[in-house]
Amino acid sequence: MDFTVALAQIKPKLGCLDDNMALAEAAIEKGIAAGADLVVFPELALTGYFLKDLVPEVALRLDSPQIERLKKLSERISIAIGFVEVSADFRFFNSAVYLEDGEIRHVHRKVYLPTYGLFDEQRYMARGERFRAFDTRFGRIGMLICEDMWHLSAPYILAMDGAMTLICLSSSPGRGVTESEGLGSAAAWQKLTTTTAMFLNCRVFYCNRVGYEDGINFWGGSEAISPSGEMTDRGAILEEDFVLAKVDGGALRRERIFSPMMRDENLAITVKELKRIDREKDC
Amino acid sequence: MGGLTVNTKLLRQILVGFVRDEVYKVGVRKGVLGLSGGIDSALVAYIAAEALGPENVHAYCMPYRTSNPESEAHARLVAESLGINFKVIEITPMIDAYFSQTPDADNMRRGNKMARERMTILYDHSAAVGGLVLGTSNKTELLLGYGTLHGDMASALNPIGDIYKSQVWALSEAMGVPSEVIEKKPSADLWAGQTDEQELGFTYREADELLYRMVDQRMSREELIAAGFDAAFIDNVARKVQGSHFKRRLPIIAKVSNRTIDRDFRYARDWGK
Repeated sequence: MDFTVALAQIKPKLGCLDDNMALAEAAIEKGIAAGADLVVFPELALTGYFLKDLVPEVALRLDSPQIERLKKLSERISIAIGFVEVSADFRFFNSAVYLEDGEIRHVHRKVYLPTYGLFDEQRYMARGERFRAFDTRFGRIGMLICEDMWHLSAPYILAMDGAMTLICLSSSPGRGVTESEGLGSAAAWQKLTTTTAMFLNCRVFYCNRVGYEDGINFWGGSEAISPSGEMTDRGAILEEDFVLAKVDGGALRRERIFSPMMRDENLAITVKELKRIDREKDC
Repeated sequence: MGGLTVNTKLLRQILVGFVRDEVYKVGVRKGVLGLSGGIDSALVAYIAAEALGPENVHAYCMPYRTSNPESEAHARLVAESLGINFKVIEITPMIDAYFSQTPDADNMRRGNKMARERMTILYDHSAAVGGLVLGTSNKTELLLGYGTLHGDMASALNPIGDIYKSQVWALSEAMGVPSEVIEKKPSADLWAGQTDEQELGFTYREADELLYRMVDQRMSREELIAAGFDAAFIDNVARKVQGSHFKRRLPIIAKVSNRTIDRDFRYARDWGK
């Protein structure tokens, strides 16, 4: 089926849940008005990124009034959005929730929390423990949060779990100004999204935020990538944007006929060899 | 050298966006800066004028009686070509009044005092016009510690603190800073004929080539020597970087509680913005 995805390239305010909820709700209404079927937000869209000790203060339970409001809106448009989730046992996760038809369809808790260079996520947040694909009205989807995508195994697992669409929610800091045309971090991501799509014959929807936090910029450049690895739509670099990408439903079927790598992928060999490697690692 | 060559269009976009975003989110619309007549503050004036509009940029030239008159002329030239607000405030009376009590003070003390005098004037005008003080220290000076703590190093925001002097030159050219300002020898202008490079004992270009590899690329001493850098030069620069590190950090606090500011009480400065 053909559908339209909106990539809400917003500029959240650091630690301001109410302001960011208002931003999100406005973008959702805009998506509905534009006839979009799915709206994707960045990582930590409801809170901002460099939260540090603010993490517990902006965390939401899945039954919070904010998530309830988004659930209600998802009766009109499917929504993927990032926030800080607090569990019943008071662990805090960098999470993404997928809402559809008034229900929570899936929650992904970021597995790979970067704690190097300018990152310090693992200090403040707990690590997710699983990658799972889930069913939606657009077929099976897998969600990744930013750094997750840099681990080859993560999109691979989702694709093997049947995902044909990968949604990546991101807060990627811009860095690496050289003589090249674009930012180093943007160029790296652009290679990653297109290559991942091509390897796994999956669509990729990548939504990255913009704005500055303590001098660090987030570069935007949200993208829709076709299952053959072609970038079809891209948001503005370093500026707020609202990308409406028309998704050709048939392209996925055609790509999977043309390059049936996923059909031929041998899960048994992969599992066998990974188990062997894991066994031998302890020796 | 590849690593120091920058895409000035992209750099300009990021730095202009930085000034606009970080000033506006505090709830003000204006920027305040000291315009010395040198290239660093000229570049910051160009960035600020583009970010905030020239009418919202307030530049102050603060000469002492020994300052080179050419400096003030260059500051005026920059201000006039941008159409920003410009005022000359002499610091001679305040400096001379202070040092009349300690006439034996050396050049370093005098230079530091002048830098701190200028800082207090900028912060006073920050309150007077309702704008943030924009920093004008580049990455080369910050790493070498070639600046006065709480003086010219003090600011609310610094758009050029992560770009080397060589990159300041390139971006200044791209943004149209007057060529006489770009081409003259960098000087702190504390006394007649002083130049930074003479005082440092090496050129900014040499320092940038080394610092880029040492800091950005994290090359080891052995790798730097293999790349052709003189061992004594490497050690001299490394010593300057380490020896001036205190200038780049907040004062350290004796920890006694469970939550000490900056240690385990950690919030971004843009907290709630």
